[in-house]
Amino acid sequence: MMEEVKEGSVLSVQTNGIKVSEVVKDGDSLTFIIISQKLSGTGEYHVARTYDDFDWLQQHLFSQEEVPGIQGIIFPPLPARAQVNPSAKVMKQLGLLALGDWKPYGAALEQFLQQVASHSVLCKNKALEDFLTSTEPPGRQKSKKNILNRLSQAVEGLRKEGHKDVEDFFQNERDLNQALTNCTKVVAEKFLDVVQTEQKISVACGHFSAALQMCVESAEDPDKQDFSRVCKSLSEVFSSMGKHMLSVAENDTDSLGLGLDLDSRYQDAEKEMLFRRTCKLVELEAAQRNAERAKPVKKAAMEEVKKTTETEFNQISVMAKQEIMELKRARVQWFQRALVLWCEKQLVTAKKNTEQLNLHLEKVRALA
Amino acid sequence: MATSSERSPPPFPDSEEQDILQDTEDEIGQQQQRDSDYGEDEDDELFMSTISDPPDTDTTPAVTSQNTDPSLESPIDDPMMELVSEPSDSKPAADVLSEPSDEFEDLSNTESDTNDDPMAKTDTTDDFFDLLGSESESKKAVAQMEVTHTAEIQLEKEVTPALVDVMLDFSLPETKLEDTVVVLGSDSNAKSDLSVPETRPVEPLLDSPLKVEAKMQNAAVVDLFGDDEEGSDLFAEPKLSKASKLPQKSLFEEVDNNLFPEPLGANDKKPVTVSVPVGLEPKAIVTKAEVEVRSKASVLTEPDDFFSEETMVTESAQKMQSGTTSKTNGLQEEEGDIFAEATVELSLDSPRNERKREPSKPSPPTALSAAAGLSPPEALEELEEEEEDDDKFEIQVSVKAPEKVGDGMTAYMAYKVFTQTSLAMFRNPTFSVRRRYSDFLGLYEKLSEKHGPNGYIVPPPPEKNLLGMTKVKVGKEDSSSVDFLERRRGALERYLQRVVCHPTLLQDPDVREFLEREELPRAVNTQALSGAGFLKMINRATDAVSKMTIKMNESDVWFEDKLQEVESSDQQFRKLHALVESLVLHRKELSTNTASFAKSTAMLGSAEDNTALSRALSQLSEVEDKMEQLHQDQASNDAFGLAEHIADFIRLLGAIRGSFDHRMKAWQRWQDAQSMLQKKREAEAKLLWANKPDKLQLAKEEIAEWEAKVTQYEREFERVSATVRKEVLHFEKERTQNFKRQIMKYLESLLRSQHQVGNCSNFRIHH
Repeated sequence: MMEEVKEGSVLSVQTNGIKVSEVVKDGDSLTFIIISQKLSGTGEYHVARTYDDFDWLQQHLFSQEEVPGIQGIIFPPLPARAQVNPSAKVMKQLGLLALGDWKPYGAALEQFLQQVASHSVLCKNKALEDFLTSTEPPGRQKSKKNILNRLSQAVEGLRKEGHKDVEDFFQNERDLNQALTNCTKVVAEKFLDVVQTEQKISVACGHFSAALQMCVESAEDPDKQDFSRVCKSLSEVFSSMGKHMLSVAENDTDSLGLGLDLDSRYQDAEKEMLFRRTCKLVELEAAQRNAERAKPVKKAAMEEVKKTTETEFNQISVMAKQEIMELKRARVQWFQRALVLWCEKQLVTAKKNTEQLNLHLEKVRALA
Repeated sequence: MATSSERSPPPFPDSEEQDILQDTEDEIGQQQQRDSDYGEDEDDELFMSTISDPPDTDTTPAVTSQNTDPSLESPIDDPMMELVSEPSDSKPAADVLSEPSDEFEDLSNTESDTNDDPMAKTDTTDDFFDLLGSESESKKAVAQMEVTHTAEIQLEKEVTPALVDVMLDFSLPETKLEDTVVVLGSDSNAKSDLSVPETRPVEPLLDSPLKVEAKMQNAAVVDLFGDDEEGSDLFAEPKLSKASKLPQKSLFEEVDNNLFPEPLGANDKKPVTVSVPVGLEPKAIVTKAEVEVRSKASVLTEPDDFFSEETMVTESAQKMQSGTTSKTNGLQEEEGDIFAEATVELSLDSPRNERKREPSKPSPPTALSAAAGLSPPEALEELEEEEEDDDKFEIQVSVKAPEKVGDGMTAYMAYKVFTQTSLAMFRNPTFSVRRRYSDFLGLYEKLSEKHGPNGYIVPPPPEKNLLGMTKVKVGKEDSSSVDFLERRRGALERYLQRVVCHPTLLQDPDVREFLEREELPRAVNTQALSGAGFLKMINRATDAVSKMTIKMNESDVWFEDKLQEVESSDQQFRKLHALVESLVLHRKELSTNTASFAKSTAMLGSAEDNTALSRALSQLSEVEDKMEQLHQDQASNDAFGLAEHIADFIRLLGAIRGSFDHRMKAWQRWQDAQSMLQKKREAEAKLLWANKPDKLQLAKEEIAEWEAKVTQYEREFERVSATVRKEVLHFEKERTQNFKRQIMKYLESLLRSQHQVGNCSNFRIHH
């Protein structure tokens, strides 16, 4: 999904070259600067987009009715709307992305764009091209709400959720998805806890270091000077420890955290797709029943409905299967990448910290 | 027993031995190491000094033994000591040795004569084995030690090591075999508490080892043979096997006749000694089990270490006797591995509190050396600590083994107060008593009553903690109560250590009584001191001080400044303490969060249907589990390494203010006396005016009396001032030192855990 480079793409930019370079706080709203490399070679597009624009793009992708089996696509998940001063609820929704001055959020949006751009079907959408290249923000007019809109689904949904599938593959996938969604959510939450605690520790180290600085006083008394020196070096130790903790937390967010978050959102997206398919299935079954029971007069019409629904359903199923396979492949990849990145970063940080500590130890030893 | 025979063949490839043997450079280093070993073997008090200068090590131990048990001196003791004291002169030493131990001489003679006897070989091995079999714990070690020792003696080399270097457990058996029973006796006398009672009961065990020996001969002997041959190949010296055989054989006979019961007894002693610490410390039991496993493992996996140890021996051997070298090599190689193993056991046994065990087990030397090689961080740290104490080592007090006594709300924790000293004022070099918390408080009360008014800073004990103690009383074994106990134990230990480090307080009879006397009258009225009451008292003192400062126009700027300084640093430390505590809390939180993250990751891993991913996730979960442990360690490290020490400082600052307060009181008394004198003078003037000579005389007397009082109070005030001043300065110096040491330790532990974190991350990257 992410890696795929499609031939005949209408996109005039390199899929891998799409970057969200900056998150600009503009009053109450956040603006994202998006840079993409031109396919033709040299040159970049620089555009500024808000969350509304992203939303507009997402809606456009949803509403490509002309594409067969569009409902079988697992749409790359857009992170929840960010606010400058997020409420507790939004914070919870955003989870890890709300940390670190929106940097992770920008990274998540970047992932979103890259995934859309590298998607075999979605990248053909004109809206994406517009979104990435047009200097005018495209999404300022409210797009019409589509039936695929997630919010409306929730209500109608629950009753169909448990509908038995006709195909084992999808039934299994639904069960698995159910389990994974829950687990991933929990993992992401716990990880967020870890990261937040690390940040707290970092802050606490900083406080301690500052408080130690207060103990430092300039006096002629050699004993006192000694003590001051010791305090000072301890303070340095703690401040470097605090920094270390902070970078550990950052590493966590940037690698594994983002990966977990992405996975969690993708599980949701898959769930939605499966749900859409299930809805179609229910619809098809209803149509089949109607066709059977229909009086001769209406029989033909009913058969017609049944047939179109059947085709649609089949298209969706085919697309869905493809998408699920693709997702699984991609998932392993991004997990792996996240884990490897995480390890590398933590290792580097750990090494740096070790060096630092060694230095400090030497220093303290020299004092003694 | 069977296992012992299996273990006995040298666990490492012979070729390596050879390398090492030939590697003289290493040997020198190891020699030194070994020297230090001896030093530590030596009686507890002295080992510190011995470490510092290796050459003298041997002499010192000897001296020590004399010192420690002068009453026990038997005729045999003398040769021993002589031997010990003349380590540098190998020849004379050997002579001395040979005199007391006739058998020994025989052995050495026979050696040279009967080189070719194959039977001798077997004999040796047998004896070797039966010894191994008989010893339940340290069988192998002991047996091999004997061999080595004999070898050494024959070589007339390091007689001293044989006697001195072995830890007591080992040394007893060795010495018996080599020299005479007498030596054993002297040794055991020294450690009378341990060895003497044990030797008797051991006798029954005698039979079984013998039987075993017979069986073992066949299988085990072959092994040994193989080794021997290999050894000879390597060294290209046929003498090797002979030499070793003969001495052993003769030893064997000896053993059979008269000595056997005793070596066994000695051997048996080892388990006994071990059991002592076990009894004291429940944790030790757990570790012990591990210890054996681990020691084995380490023997196998880390041959280098053993080699190094072995080589030290060999090196010396080579120096002394080039001709017989090969033989020694063969023997010593074995000794080496035994050494290593033994050391491992010991060091693992006692990583928590080496000092604690030193008394019961005189083996710290080995523990130290092994620790250096095998389980570095902790032991090293301790080493350092001890080295630091080296110069001023006079008395060491440790508090350990908290034990709940009684049930319900009347329950209390009793701690073992263990003292180790070289001071003559104590009857024994080591002793221990059981004390409960209120006893500590009682001691403080007595001390502060006596010395406080004189301006001494009496180190305060930790405050009573009703909540923590109640939890313990209720019997909850959760982490917080463990934490609480450890904190209190550490605080009490530091408190006592501070008391005994204070030259004046140490002289106080109450301190001595507290440390030495078996039963202490129950401390009463500690309630006022405990908990909130104690804090209040400090606060009240502070208030009083501040009030008095207003009244007192301070004559001495120094005190004024100091008081302010103390006040401000008190606040600073309080703040620091709060901050560290919150840091500790966060760390604990991180640990729990990591744990739940690990758990949920494991769940995700099991839900995952992609095998690779699933495996990766469960690996991640494992790593996080480890991280959790690390975070937890870090939390307790922060707590014990920093927070507790800061709390100590806060308490001490309170004590300093107390001493300021006392100074103030002295001043007040002086001032009062002065004003009284003034009044009396005025009265005298009035009387003079009124011309009443009869009362005038009385008034004059009173004036004289008050004048005397004024000068007395003034002098007192000056004295108190001087003391306070001295004490505060001393405190400041100490504070800096303490802080430095603490920070260093802390940093070291940080580094260590950082390494481990690095290792953990490393793990992952292989995925």
